[in-house]
Amino acid sequence: MSDGNQGGVNLKVVGQRPIRPDGVDKVTGRAQFGADFHLPGMLTGRIKRSPHAHARVVSIDTRAAEKLPGVKAIVTSADFDAGAAGEVEAGESHAAMKEVAANCLAHGKVLYQGHAVAAVAATQPEIAAEALDLIEVTYEVLPHVIDVEAAMAADAPVLHDDMYTKGVTPKPGKASNVAAKHVMGRGDVAAAFKAAGVIVEGSYETAAVHQGYIEPHACVASWGADGQSTIWCSSQGQFLVRAMVAKILNMPLSDIKVIPAEIGGGFGGKTTVYLEPVALALSRKCGRPVKIVMSREEVFLASGPTSGAVMDVRLAATKDGKITGAEMTLKYQAGAFQGSPVNLGLMTAFACYDVESLALTGYDVVSNRPKVAAYRAPGAPMAAFAVESAIDDLALKLGMDPIDLRLLNAVRDGAKTVYGATVRCCALVETLEAIKASPHYQTPVGKGQARGVAAGFWFNVGGESSAAVHVDEDGGVTVVSSNPDIGGSRASMAMMAAERLGLPIERVRCTVADTTSIGYSGSTGGSRVTFATGMAVVEAAQKIVADLKRRAAQTWECDIAMVEWKDGVATCIDPAKDVKPLSMKAIAGKSAKTGGPIAAEVSLNAQGAAAGFGVHVCDLEIDPETGRTTVVRYTAAQDVGRAIHPAYVEGQLQGGAAQGIGWALNEEYVYGKSGLLENASFLDYRMPVASDLPMIDTILIETKPNPRHPFGAKGVGEVPIVPPLAAVSNAVSRIVGRRMTSLPMSPAKVLAEMAK
Amino acid sequence: MSRMVVNATVNGEPVEFLAGGGQSLLDALRDELRLTGSKEGCGTGDCGACSVIVDGRLVCACLMLAPEAEGTRIETIEGLADNGHLHPLQHQFLEQAALQCGFCTPGLLMASKALLDRNADPTESEVRYWLAGNMCRCTGYDKVVRAVMDAAADLRQAEKPR
Repeated sequence: MSDGNQGGVNLKVVGQRPIRPDGVDKVTGRAQFGADFHLPGMLTGRIKRSPHAHARVVSIDTRAAEKLPGVKAIVTSADFDAGAAGEVEAGESHAAMKEVAANCLAHGKVLYQGHAVAAVAATQPEIAAEALDLIEVTYEVLPHVIDVEAAMAADAPVLHDDMYTKGVTPKPGKASNVAAKHVMGRGDVAAAFKAAGVIVEGSYETAAVHQGYIEPHACVASWGADGQSTIWCSSQGQFLVRAMVAKILNMPLSDIKVIPAEIGGGFGGKTTVYLEPVALALSRKCGRPVKIVMSREEVFLASGPTSGAVMDVRLAATKDGKITGAEMTLKYQAGAFQGSPVNLGLMTAFACYDVESLALTGYDVVSNRPKVAAYRAPGAPMAAFAVESAIDDLALKLGMDPIDLRLLNAVRDGAKTVYGATVRCCALVETLEAIKASPHYQTPVGKGQARGVAAGFWFNVGGESSAAVHVDEDGGVTVVSSNPDIGGSRASMAMMAAERLGLPIERVRCTVADTTSIGYSGSTGGSRVTFATGMAVVEAAQKIVADLKRRAAQTWECDIAMVEWKDGVATCIDPAKDVKPLSMKAIAGKSAKTGGPIAAEVSLNAQGAAAGFGVHVCDLEIDPETGRTTVVRYTAAQDVGRAIHPAYVEGQLQGGAAQGIGWALNEEYVYGKSGLLENASFLDYRMPVASDLPMIDTILIETKPNPRHPFGAKGVGEVPIVPPLAAVSNAVSRIVGRRMTSLPMSPAKVLAEMAK
Repeated sequence: MSRMVVNATVNGEPVEFLAGGGQSLLDALRDELRLTGSKEGCGTGDCGACSVIVDGRLVCACLMLAPEAEGTRIETIEGLADNGHLHPLQHQFLEQAALQCGFCTPGLLMASKALLDRNADPTESEVRYWLAGNMCRCTGYDKVVRAVMDAAADLRQAEKPR
């Protein structure tokens, strides 16, 4: 077997729906998440947070708190090493460590309500809480700015004195809140608009929304007297946590061991650190293990969210619907520090369509909000909302079916993206056609209801991963993964190993290793694990197969070319040899005689992750009395390459659609005049619950397996959150009779539009 | 800080623990009894990750004070399987891949059990409204609702007179 793509035929495990290896632990309460860990002598850590949106920290007086019996340590940013410079790779972007450090504990200024200023470790939670009250912080309150366009204004309060807009020549003469300007494009846009048969345009905005993982951030950190430290935490990457903590506390990587706990959801929001360096700094000061768990209010105030956006889009098209040119401007909130995903918004905005001329501009803008974190296809859903709304306008204007219009403009293999890549193994056309042929689309829209359609794109990434395969003495197998299992990846890892080894899935188990037990890996993010870490697993399994064949040949004293490995058994195909086949168990049981234990570890840098495309269709109705929108039918189709465990792939489509529906209809960060967050609770933030949603039908398109993955897998986790914002709003706009341009389409907003 | 002795029955076994006056039942379960299967997602009764059954009633353990547990019978996720045999709900959640990260799963299972204890044949709407107090951010609820309905069918089948 070459390392090329294995066809869909003859697969015995891949494509099945076995029970995940970690399933029983997770339905019996045994699985250990971040907050479930306990050590002898462990202290409770708590964080003192800013009550102001923007203020200078004049002084922090910890003397009274230090005297409280039971208080063992207090830290401020002075306990971090100021040298935390440089960058660390963090999922889909790079994190500037100086800013990550200043986000974990404010340095000089607090930049948003909830910004951490100090932390305490105490013997009891009540004592820790009392100590926080005794820490006296003197603030000089500064004017604040919350919204992105207000932050761009010439007279806006400036958050960072040293922030001069990057990407502008000549360098601006004064500091501003615009961290960077990004420009991307091709062709002659002016000519496209001049020659256009039809032009549509619109201005759109979306609110900042939170990833909304149900598990708050949590960690335990324990510093050893020899400097060797251990961190147990829930994150999307144990190696990422190690790298960031090492930078912030100026420690060698090898002195920090990070043990990944089970992770209760992340969606990108756990690809950075908030608590870990603080807990370890506290532990370093008092020599005892420290646990810190965020409250839900702290999660809303001081972690995540993703950018709210203000967007303008303009399309030029021929009278028969071919889009010839587009202009777009994106202004994305970065939160308190630079780094919004606006460049990803620009790259993805038109990635579904073959548009000759493009002029795209993006602004990365800081304001007095929590620093944004990655959220599932970072930057793409908002841009897609604007573009897919404009395309819906074009369909209405031309009287075209929205799928036919998208089919006419869809990218196909060989097309060039605006960022320079060539489209390959793309099944957008098949995905559009599948939606068109679906029972949902074929059913007429119900009375009083409306239907919306939208498409979406995400790159998916590969990158550095490690995995090991160990053959046990009884012929069973353990797969060691380097990535936290956020949604069933132990199952897909075990399945791919079982497939390649020819074993039943029950004989293969999978574990997630700590930073000392497996080679380096990038985070669980970018829809990369099944692709990249999966590739490492399959290569390790191939090494095992080669080793097993060598051992069988040695046993039989025959040429290795005469050994065939199939269904977990070595067979000698040399007609001159009269030998019985050797099972995995037989070879493993006598491994000492053929060279010792059977194991393989592979570390690689996976290239060739294929982009994914999704198309969603949504039927909904609106209560004219209350303005409340109810989604009554929803179908999501996606180009998935090949689904390793189809049930978990469907789950990604369903979960992404649900998050997108929440983004479209309910979710938003609401700020008052004083710059304080008014809805920092699940009750007021209002994510979708079971009674808000219908069943979500899925269609997995497997016509274009990714040739760069041994079984054809593409990343699948992020694409599904890209189309729903526009799929929902296109339907709402039909009922309202007017283009809905602002998310969320809360009942009040819908009522106001209907009354116009 | 004065603490009081609380006697209760947890998953069929008598327990005795010390509780502070302001301590939640959830904290007592997790920190005193080390039953960490019940999760804290919000601490304000909005997410249902701490759902347990107290004297037959579904409650958010984060909203009940630990001293109030005196003399009660408490069921938690750790007691849902019967001597190592999974409950039909647990079995169906696994079969149908009704969990991704698994953090909300203990609460969803306990809330579902409370539903099936009083309604052996719920409609899809009844399941959705009963579970409206249990947030799941991963699954979009589709597979969860299917798993609960199929587990209900399994239980009805098991209880049919032969």
